[in-house]
Amino acid sequence: MASLVGSRVERKEDKRFLTGKGRYTADINLANQTYAIFVRSPHARASIKKINIDKALKSSGVVSILTGKEIADDKIGGLIAGWAIRSEDGTEMKCPGNPPLAKDNVNFVGDPVAVVIAESLAEAKEAAEKVEVDYKVLKAVTSTADAMNGDTIHEGIDKNLCFDWLLGDRQKVKEAFDKADKVISIDIINNRLIPNAMEPRACVADYNAASEEITLYTTSQNPHLSRLIMSAFGNVAPEHKLRVVAPDVGGGFGSKINVYNEDIVCSWAAKKINRAIKWVAERSESFLTDIHGRDHVTHAELAVTKDGKFLGFKNETIANLGAYARVFGTVTPTYLFGPCATGVYEIPAAYTNVKAVYTNTAPVDAYRGAGRPEATYTIERLVEKASMELGIDKTELRIKNFPTAFPFKQTLVHTVDSGDYVAGMEKAKQMADYKGFEARRKESEAKGKLRGIGVTSYFEACGIAPSAAVMSLGCGVGLWESAEVRFNPTGQVTVYTGSHSHGQSHQTTFAQIAADELGVPIENIDIVHGDTDKGTFGMGTYGSRSLAVGGIAIVNACKKIVEKGKRVTAKMLEANPDDVEFKDGEFIVSKSNKKKTIGEVAFACYLPGVRDEMKSPLPEGDEPGLKETSFYDPSNFSFPAGTHIAEVEIDPETGHVKLEKYTACDDFGRIINPMVVEGQVHGGLAQGIGQALYENAEYDETGQLMTGSYMDYTMPRADNFPEFNIGYTCTHATTNPLGVKGCGEAGAIAAPPTVMNAVIDALGGQEVTMPATAEKVWKACKNLKKSNAKAA
Amino acid sequence: MKDFNYHSAKDSKEASKLASSSSAFLAGGMTTIPSMKLGLATYKDLIDIKNIKKLSGIKVSGKSVTIGAATKHVEVSNSKDVKKAIPSLSSLAEGIGDPQVRNRGTIGGSIANNDPSADYPSACIALNATIHTNERKIEAAKFFKGMFETALKKGELIEAIEFQIPEKSSYQKHPNPASRYAIVGVYVAKHKGDVNVAVTGAKSCVYNDKEMSKALSGNFSSSSIDGMDLDSSEMNNDMHASAEFRASLVVTQAKKAVDAC
Repeated sequence: MASLVGSRVERKEDKRFLTGKGRYTADINLANQTYAIFVRSPHARASIKKINIDKALKSSGVVSILTGKEIADDKIGGLIAGWAIRSEDGTEMKCPGNPPLAKDNVNFVGDPVAVVIAESLAEAKEAAEKVEVDYKVLKAVTSTADAMNGDTIHEGIDKNLCFDWLLGDRQKVKEAFDKADKVISIDIINNRLIPNAMEPRACVADYNAASEEITLYTTSQNPHLSRLIMSAFGNVAPEHKLRVVAPDVGGGFGSKINVYNEDIVCSWAAKKINRAIKWVAERSESFLTDIHGRDHVTHAELAVTKDGKFLGFKNETIANLGAYARVFGTVTPTYLFGPCATGVYEIPAAYTNVKAVYTNTAPVDAYRGAGRPEATYTIERLVEKASMELGIDKTELRIKNFPTAFPFKQTLVHTVDSGDYVAGMEKAKQMADYKGFEARRKESEAKGKLRGIGVTSYFEACGIAPSAAVMSLGCGVGLWESAEVRFNPTGQVTVYTGSHSHGQSHQTTFAQIAADELGVPIENIDIVHGDTDKGTFGMGTYGSRSLAVGGIAIVNACKKIVEKGKRVTAKMLEANPDDVEFKDGEFIVSKSNKKKTIGEVAFACYLPGVRDEMKSPLPEGDEPGLKETSFYDPSNFSFPAGTHIAEVEIDPETGHVKLEKYTACDDFGRIINPMVVEGQVHGGLAQGIGQALYENAEYDETGQLMTGSYMDYTMPRADNFPEFNIGYTCTHATTNPLGVKGCGEAGAIAAPPTVMNAVIDALGGQEVTMPATAEKVWKACKNLKKSNAKAA
Repeated sequence: MKDFNYHSAKDSKEASKLASSSSAFLAGGMTTIPSMKLGLATYKDLIDIKNIKKLSGIKVSGKSVTIGAATKHVEVSNSKDVKKAIPSLSSLAEGIGDPQVRNRGTIGGSIANNDPSADYPSACIALNATIHTNERKIEAAKFFKGMFETALKKGELIEAIEFQIPEKSSYQKHPNPASRYAIVGVYVAKHKGDVNVAVTGAKSCVYNDKEMSKALSGNFSSSSIDGMDLDSSEMNNDMHASAEFRASLVVTQAKKAVDAC
């Protein structure tokens, strides 16, 4: 039987998605359901003096109006930060309370203060307009760089500082810098982004008064985790009385990891009014209240010798958390960021210092890449600048500082098990025709255009997060994954996974893995996920972990099935279990022609006993049934890596940047389905290039979101991109049995510095902040013209 | 969105009769409907004019192209007659919004709305258009009064737009990357005797740039406007483009348009 792993198996999920049969949260309608509209703060920072709901209550169709007072009275808990971070001075991080409905203060535009529940959506909207909230407006803090000098947002949190964290050794770095021939320094901004999943957030909450069970359908990347948080911290219901279902979910990119205010409020309120409640975000609510991403202000320095060896690195970053610290809010700018700060290079001394600040803006949390794009942007912009200042070719300088042997023990934290960075670089150069660039630059010049080329070599730590590894960093929560593989008596297989698919194609790729492991046709394998009532507890999907963690749990559960199968076969065929081999769905007794198919074994496990015989096929000690579970906690992160090369052409008269060529050469380890991986790479690149050239979330000084719709927030479109040139080098991960690494975030991590390095190369080394909009580039072109004129 | 009454008018007369101070004509609805959904506009009555046959269609005579007010952008961009008579008008229509907008939005709606960043108003100015309403004929130069403001009176309905066929013309736009509306759009049309340089997106309302028109009327070459330093004091200044950048783009796009003629 041919292996399915590695082949372009068409997606099982496409039939329903392409025929409009997907079932998303907003498609769910329950009998007698009501509709919720949230009354949100129009101010970035204010105290709530009074809320008057009298008029709204009289509005037609209103069922209930609830505010922060009721939710506090019912002792419903608030939203939480999932990781405790300790500052350099040993103090614990400082987190404010974040009630699901604000009671005393609002801290960003969109912070919900009340929920209006009515018989129809139109009636809920109309009534919501009649809720009168009397605010005392306070001065907002909106700037990341200046947040520590602003008014105190949360009582008791001085300088709006959540923590001041250090990873690395300042003294060693100082010594390294003292020895340097040259220090390259850079000041950069990693611009704030809005994730913009295609499906807006939504939830439908139902309460069964007889069973006292709440069912919440919600747009989540991790329903089990959501249930745990809502139960343990939100006090909504005990876990066994709370079912969370995340059906088809249309994109997450990290924005649907969090439990949101609306999930808690609707679940709590459904029980209170004893009716189902439906809420679907409007796009403008998504802009305002989905978590945002990035938003770092960084100063970094690289100490080098004159022949280009890296000696030391420092990174001083201010990370904006927004108004509150959310689930991955504190771990993203620390453990997901700091350890990757030195990139793919041997740098003997390094440190990363992060000051995480609160501002009156939407909470910032994990967004595709989470911490690693920020780290990669810093080091790769710095290395590119070093190549310009040292006059060493950008690819040669990188190769000079690549590790030569694996495992590669990095300065800060990670031990990278496998990779071949030189091979990746060489292949990328060939794919991109790096040698031919100068000729292309001249052609552009002849047309009056500026052409630039940019390179990025990246690695990332994904498959988050092995308990042993993260706990050694002082990070309190490790993240394993579960799988359960269940045979039906007649031989089909259901795989329950704790991972969640919201565009990742698990229904196909996980089935490919199980089909190979069990020798069962892929049509006979179903992947089930997204429902806390189905399967075991799982951690969910983010951090490119589904395959490298969730996929391995499936492999391990399958291996347990095969082990039991061997014992059963041995009993059935009166052989020694050690002599039974399993291949392509058959258990074969070695050196004989005796065998059983896995289907026969499954049948025997469920219906033990052979007609007219009084013996059972089950060995002593084995129970009937064929079902195995695995909880897989990896020994280490996985480390995809690669080199990307971009070429841009700039029209100096308009500042328009045209991305002419984009080459991505990635090492994702073993690839399960090349078609699915291409899709992931394309999507990641679109978001990464989007950050570099188009996307930007902007608040004004009063905290109003200036880019709150697609009229002002530039989502990249297909015509913004060239045909992507994609290739791979494959060094298998040594830390998991499939040799896989993860591919979901690579594009978003590597593309921003690649594109910006190309833009800045075209502009003769002039710094431009992301996104490189026409006006910024036009101004830089004017400066270039002036300085060229002077030089002439 | 608040409740409203929907009317489908069978002719201009009925449409005009139904109009009141709290009504709006509905053609493609590409601005009206989103404005209502966002609560920026409320109307008691919406008077649908799409079913008035007379308002749709394209006619080309020797000197002019006349387009019915309810004609969709996609119809203008696909029209062989328009492509032949005024190719720049067809390519302008092809560059409006996105396929969904082009399949619903109409030329009359765009002109009546007079969005400062819309494309069509520049065509009207550059191509010396005459706006035919159910009451009168209005010269384009007197039609566009200011931001979202036109010479139309309440209940007055645009029936057709008559464009003068130029000797040469081109429309060049620097789009807002997010909305794809014009940050600056310049429509250059060379008629017998004079040249119009209609600019949209740059100021609160479309206008004919006299300085460039004069220079190009003397010598129809991009070199005659190269490096022209336009006064940016009245130009729009927002997060997408400063007034200074817009002033520069007006010249750049005008040069491109002349070169493309």
